[in-house]
Amino acid sequence: MIRVRIFQLGLVCAAIVALELLCRLGTIDRFTMIPPSEMTRALAHVVATAPWFWPDVAYTLGNLVAAIGLSVLGGFLIGVVVHAIPRLRRVLDPILTSYYAVPTFVLYPLLIVFFGIGPTSLIVLGALFGIVAMIVATVTAIDRIPRVLLKVARVSRLGPVRTALLMKLPAASPHLMTGLRLAVAYSVIGIIAGEFILSTEGIGRRVALAYNNFDNQTMYGLLVLILAFAIALNAALGAFEQALHRRWYRS
Amino acid sequence: MTARARVFDYVFLVAGLWLTWVLIFEWAGPEALSPPGATLQRMGDYLTSAQFWPHAAATGLAFAYACIVALIGGLLLGLALGANRLAGQVGEPILSSLYSIPKITLYPVILLVFGLGISAKVAFGALHGIFPVALFALGALRNTSPVLIKTARVLRLAPVETARTVLLPAALPEIVTGLRIGFSATLLGTLIGELFASDQGLGFMLIRAMEAHKVLDIMALTLLLFAFAVSANALLLVVERRVHRR
Repeated sequence: MIRVRIFQLGLVCAAIVALELLCRLGTIDRFTMIPPSEMTRALAHVVATAPWFWPDVAYTLGNLVAAIGLSVLGGFLIGVVVHAIPRLRRVLDPILTSYYAVPTFVLYPLLIVFFGIGPTSLIVLGALFGIVAMIVATVTAIDRIPRVLLKVARVSRLGPVRTALLMKLPAASPHLMTGLRLAVAYSVIGIIAGEFILSTEGIGRRVALAYNNFDNQTMYGLLVLILAFAIALNAALGAFEQALHRRWYRS
Repeated sequence: MTARARVFDYVFLVAGLWLTWVLIFEWAGPEALSPPGATLQRMGDYLTSAQFWPHAAATGLAFAYACIVALIGGLLLGLALGANRLAGQVGEPILSSLYSIPKITLYPVILLVFGLGISAKVAFGALHGIFPVALFALGALRNTSPVLIKTARVLRLAPVETARTVLLPAALPEIVTGLRIGFSATLLGTLIGELFASDQGLGFMLIRAMEAHKVLDIMALTLLLFAFAVSANALLLVVERRVHRR
């Protein structure tokens, strides 16, 4: 495992060094891309000097938290209901399987008409992106609860509430975690993309602005920040998910 | 499940969607939404109009190129990494991080590198599709049951024979799933690419309709794209289920 980590680190470092060299040697010209070292310096500069930085970060993160909360909670509740009614599940099945094949973002202008330009449409867009992953994961998770656990619950005369809390929820947690990770990833994509396309505030908006003003320094600095955030979030949730899976399937 | 019950399910689904649409229309008004009937009619107008098809062809061409790059590139990448245990362990987390990043933020970079035009659209589409294809191919090879590999060794199959007769058939279902998801992701990427910087294509028509706030046009185009995406996905799902059942 250590060897794998070393290889990964080496590979990523090699890629960054190669990019740095290509930029420094002029193979990639400065108008296209600035060297990675300058990207981090530009980011530090933005963090230190730009008055909009912290308010915009707070705006984006706030929307993100709201969208994740909506998609995870809403997706879980809808998933439970869909699983409980087989008919509903069969009827909705085509939507659930083709949802991510459809370019949802084209609905964004309609959301703006509904909710106006502002945080609400962004949150709804982020939640719409994430919620179906959570619904599907919840349905799968309930499907995969071992029968024997429900029998144990019956033998132990647990009531429905305690069966749900003590038996079903822990048994379903690894698959729920998979749904949570996907919902988070999709919500991040939805929020940032929404800000990028049509918004007046937020970090995604700042990237688009910097691009329009040919301000490569700010743009690449913010890109590094967004990518690092998304990768770190995904890695942390992925590690947690694997730990849950391992704990549950060890026996 | 009988065929009749399935037909009823589809009827329920379509009726439910129609009803939802009408209710939202009643609530939001024509400023936000166009009514279902008029939208379908506009869809028909598009399909028979002369200016629609050059745009559709432009999108189709970019999408086809992007698909070739994403599907073949993703397969090669995934199979190459999956063939070696260490390479797979090293590559998988990197691929899944790349898959999870909001790629729209990379759009300016793509534009700076490729310039305006079809190559940027192709690159952006391929960027969306290549990672899921590679991830699924990699996972398929890594999850091949050890018994199969041992059997191949016992039978003293040469590496090429092992790959052709054992590994590939075992991995095929997962690979097909990856290709389906990659197909959808590539379509999404190509359309986003057209939305921002393009002078032709369906994405361009869509953004023009958005700027002019022609709700009916937006809805009709959206519905067309949805119909295309859903039917392509349904077709690939049929193939996928057949491969999985074998």
